[in-house]
Amino acid sequence: MPGPKVALFVTCLVDMFRPSVGFATVKLLEDAGCTVVVPPAQTCCGQPAWNSGDRETAKAIARDVIAAFEGYDYIVVPSGSCGGTMAQDYAAMFDAGDPWAGRAAAMGAKTHEIVSFLTDVLGVTAVPVALTARATYHDSCSGLRALGIKRQPRALLATVAGLSLTEMVEAEVCCGFGGTFCVKYPEVSTVMATDKVRNACDTGADLLLAGDLGCLMNMAGKARREGRTIAVRHVVEVLAGMTDTPAIAEGRP
Amino acid sequence: MTIHQNPTTPAFQDNTRVALKNANLQTAMRTARVGFTEKRLKAIGKVPEFDDLRAAAKALKDHTLGNLDLYLMAYEAKVIAAGGHVHWAETAEDARAIVLDICRKAGARTVNKGKTMISEECAINDHLSANGITPVETDLGEYIIQLRGEIPSHIIAPAVHVTVPEVADAFRKAHTHLPLDRDLSDNATLQLEARRVLRQKYFEAEVGITGANMLIAETGQSVIVTNEGNGDLSQSLPRVHIVMASLEKLVPTLDDASTVLRVLARSATGQEMSVYTTFSSGPRRAADPDGPQEYHVVLLDNGRTNMVATEFQDMLRCIRCGACMNHCPVYQAVGGHAYGWVYPGPMGAVLTPSLIGVEKGGQLPNASTFCGRCESVCPMQIPLPKMMRHWREKEFEKNLTPRATRYGLGLWAFAARRPRLYRAATGLAMAALRLLAGRRGRLAALPLAGGWTGTRDFPAPQGPTFMQQWAARR
Repeated sequence: MPGPKVALFVTCLVDMFRPSVGFATVKLLEDAGCTVVVPPAQTCCGQPAWNSGDRETAKAIARDVIAAFEGYDYIVVPSGSCGGTMAQDYAAMFDAGDPWAGRAAAMGAKTHEIVSFLTDVLGVTAVPVALTARATYHDSCSGLRALGIKRQPRALLATVAGLSLTEMVEAEVCCGFGGTFCVKYPEVSTVMATDKVRNACDTGADLLLAGDLGCLMNMAGKARREGRTIAVRHVVEVLAGMTDTPAIAEGRP
Repeated sequence: MTIHQNPTTPAFQDNTRVALKNANLQTAMRTARVGFTEKRLKAIGKVPEFDDLRAAAKALKDHTLGNLDLYLMAYEAKVIAAGGHVHWAETAEDARAIVLDICRKAGARTVNKGKTMISEECAINDHLSANGITPVETDLGEYIIQLRGEIPSHIIAPAVHVTVPEVADAFRKAHTHLPLDRDLSDNATLQLEARRVLRQKYFEAEVGITGANMLIAETGQSVIVTNEGNGDLSQSLPRVHIVMASLEKLVPTLDDASTVLRVLARSATGQEMSVYTTFSSGPRRAADPDGPQEYHVVLLDNGRTNMVATEFQDMLRCIRCGACMNHCPVYQAVGGHAYGWVYPGPMGAVLTPSLIGVEKGGQLPNASTFCGRCESVCPMQIPLPKMMRHWREKEFEKNLTPRATRYGLGLWAFAARRPRLYRAATGLAMAALRLLAGRRGRLAALPLAGGWTGTRDFPAPQGPTFMQQWAARR
């Protein structure tokens, strides 16, 4: 029996800044038996408009995304934040009588963040990869609180040969990214990023992982500015065994 | 103190900068941060049914708000039957006038106060002082900030922003009858001194003002929870007791009150119960050995009934435990005064615009990463981030969103709805960023992104965009 047909919503940040996360996601899905499609009509999930109070723009983008993605068995996203917007917020954008409300809810029900899709939907329990590293994991807010992603990445990371995971204090506290928050309130955002990077480094880890590129760019940017040596990567890079690229904000040799 | 008379929050952005540079504030906030969260976790860990309790508390408040008129009338009838008085205050100004009138009729020169946020909302202290009546705060935290001329920075820990040496300073300046070289170096000594000074005040006051954590429709009682016992003395020793409460404090029955009590202290301070939980049933009855001769309830609306049956009704479930601010990384970073009015943190970010208008309070619901930690700990399951987003929508609809944000959003949305244009534009932009970054993999400065690059490097794009690479690969 052929595996499910999965549409990848790569997210705007991964598309622009870290395509390797997209390819790692594709690899994990294909290894799990999925047929991966990348609908070309994708740009951004619309969250910036939704969170800025521009509901009409958010709805317009949601309609575009729903039309392009609703025909697949599943929609998978390498982000709990964009994933949460598509899985939950789209349905909340439309009034109850609007036919788009039903379409949004139907698409939302089959939209998943990549790691929880592997574990909770496909039943993946282990990844056949090795990486010698001492890692720590930041729980990105939307994934954690909107989608309940906490044990899934830890369960799969535990099967990476050679990798150990040390929990940081306040792993569930926001890193200060928050989309436009980080530029609207840069001083507060910086305090939060500073705390996060310090907590991560205090574990003695050499690798900081998370499931959302926005948080990762924020944490990596802060760590590099402080001259920290901790490498920052998206969790799927490790799970797919694709850590040959430089870590986030690190240069090429 | 003018902040009372002219509640406004556009200064939030500037306030945060001041707060982040205030070393004492930062020390105090760091100290409080861990305590609140750990104690709450411990307390709810001992109650396996805590989430069921939250659901029950939410349900009973939803029910009450759906029948608010009926319960308010039932409550009023019970208070009157017990010999008390109910005063309906539509605005803060009304409440000020009512309280002053009661105080004048009682011939009051001194008014003792238990902790009440409604009196803060109505700026009662300033009003009494301006009319020759001395208000004395008896809650230790409130007493400290009264001496310092401040408003509370937290709804249950009003002086959480103050360090021990700062309290010692305030006491030395205020308690001039005590030796100047006395030791005031720790909490216990400070508490003892406050206790001794305040003790005398209890016997001087003609009127006592308290708040109410709940009003019970079934019995006409008001309920306060305190840890210092100051509320009990403030309300039972003076001749006249005034309860200041907003009308959403209502619960239908004693059983309902007990449900709320079970989630309140655990969420607030991590206690199973506060040290004192006091039910006031009205003025002294013939057989009572003590208690006030007059019992007045000032029921404040101040915009709340306008929230009923709107997207902001859920906020009226709030029981003022403070868990949202105790867990808010923004509040923890800047403290409560940055929020510019009496209600700080996530609950303030939702409630303040409701009470003073989004034109004045609009900065607050924007100052959130939507991390959702507040909602996750809220005992009343109030969807705080969702309601902050509603405020952002109201702002956007009223054209209050900053022009640069609107313009940027519009430009971005135009491209985001045209995938081919978007591909071309992002492809070019990423190529430019890569060129700027060279082999370093990051940018130390970036035009128009100083908010980021002032304190953080900006990670450079890896290579061609995913969509470009994917198209080439297939």
